[in-house]
Amino acid sequence: MILSEPKPLEEVLGYLEGEKSVFILGCNGCAQSSGSGGPEQVAEMKTKLEAAGKKVTGTKVIDFLCEKALVKSGLRGKVNEVKAADSILVMTCGIGIQAVAAAVNKVCHPACNTVNLGGSRGEWPGSERCYECGQCLLDYTGGICPLTACTKSLVSGACGGANNGKCELSPDKDCGWELIYNRLKARGQLDKLKVALDPLDHNKLAARPEMLATSRYALENHDQEVKA
Amino acid sequence: MSLQSKLESGKFAISCEFGPLKGTDTTEIKENIEVLKGKVDAANVTDQQSSVMRLGSLVTSYLAVAGGLEPIFQMTCRDRNRIALQSDLLSAWVLGIKNVLALTGDLPQLGDHPQAKAVFDLDSVTLLKAISRLNEGYDLAGNELAGKPAFYAGAVVKVESNTEASTELQIAKMERKIAAGARFFQTQAVYDAKSFGKFMKRVDKYKVPVMAGIIPLKNAGMARYMNANVAGVVVPDDIIQKMADAPKEDREKTGIQIAADLIRQMKPMCQGVHIMAIGWEKKVPAIIQAAGL
Repeated sequence: MILSEPKPLEEVLGYLEGEKSVFILGCNGCAQSSGSGGPEQVAEMKTKLEAAGKKVTGTKVIDFLCEKALVKSGLRGKVNEVKAADSILVMTCGIGIQAVAAAVNKVCHPACNTVNLGGSRGEWPGSERCYECGQCLLDYTGGICPLTACTKSLVSGACGGANNGKCELSPDKDCGWELIYNRLKARGQLDKLKVALDPLDHNKLAARPEMLATSRYALENHDQEVKA
Repeated sequence: MSLQSKLESGKFAISCEFGPLKGTDTTEIKENIEVLKGKVDAANVTDQQSSVMRLGSLVTSYLAVAGGLEPIFQMTCRDRNRIALQSDLLSAWVLGIKNVLALTGDLPQLGDHPQAKAVFDLDSVTLLKAISRLNEGYDLAGNELAGKPAFYAGAVVKVESNTEASTELQIAKMERKIAAGARFFQTQAVYDAKSFGKFMKRVDKYKVPVMAGIIPLKNAGMARYMNANVAGVVVPDDIIQKMADAPKEDREKTGIQIAADLIRQMKPMCQGVHIMAIGWEKKVPAIIQAAGL
């Protein structure tokens, strides 16, 4: 699950300045769940843009815009409407916007901002967040990730900023290291606090090139482009 | 006598702190250096304190060296990655700076550039490790240095915590800091000698000098503010009352007296005192005198 939220309408209208017509594209995946790009929001956007004097040549909601192959197949019946528009307004996350822009030879405008979830990708977990750091530290921290639970992503223990168990950033946020301490204590693992960890290897935090080359990647690259 | 030789020979040491200002005017820095030199063993130079952008602690520490005041170069991990931190450490040594205080640093969101990227590539413990490695003649990547420093590295610890987890995490981190190379500690401000004594009983076994933190009170409002907003600072009600009862013209005297009394009470329990005057740097000599040091 990737969380997105609508940009202010003025910002979107600013992107469309100088253009007469637009095709609106929504996403039935995360953006629909986010309430930022499902059928309802796409219909609302159509009304708003028409009220602002834009010609909406057509709309389509596809599941899922992050998949370029699905973007292409989903737009097959809409080629003429897309062709007739000056641009496409894409109402989904940053991945979906980039996927559409890569799959369709047309100017694509973003209608949403993507909200940082602190590391989660492709699923909707509970409060747990993974940083995808490539050097899992959970063994030392009672199964609570210090990189995502601690605001400063500290690996060596708590800073001095916590007050009543809450982070100095906000009284609504638990101090990650206090959660870790309480978990370690409950499991009889307080000795883990004596282990000196090395600083993170940030090299491992970057996605390796082969990670991007999935079977879907091959499909996308061999599929025909939508001729717009 | 240097801070290191004083603490290592078991003598009671005095440190204070002063912060660079926003801008290039160094008048006040130079005034503070003049007032403090000869009165304290060393002075901390804060590093973008509270995440507010100012003149740097490296160059201000150098001004202290040049002015005859021994600096304790504060370094946080908020603004620099391990390349910049190690490089600035080498620069500091070349400029005659011998003491370093390793801190994690506040979050940028709490300062005057809340949009800034927080770095935290290292943290207080791993920065101490980096300092130790440099002292051994190597960088963090294991490369050999041509010419090595001999820093006297310190760290901070919070005496008062309001949860068990926080108390234990502070002690655990103190152990980690010592293992990583911390050779002295300065504490967050303390206003209760009894709870400081309790803390010292727990950490005495580490045999690492601890300098008790002192923040002189300017008024009762300041005490209440710190109680509500500063983690690890607990000003007891009777002290707040003393400040509230003092007539306006006696407030400064009362604040200095409370600080001096605390120093007297805590002196037998620890190895030094660290006075954080927060704008009252020029009154530090009066506090030292009132405490009979």
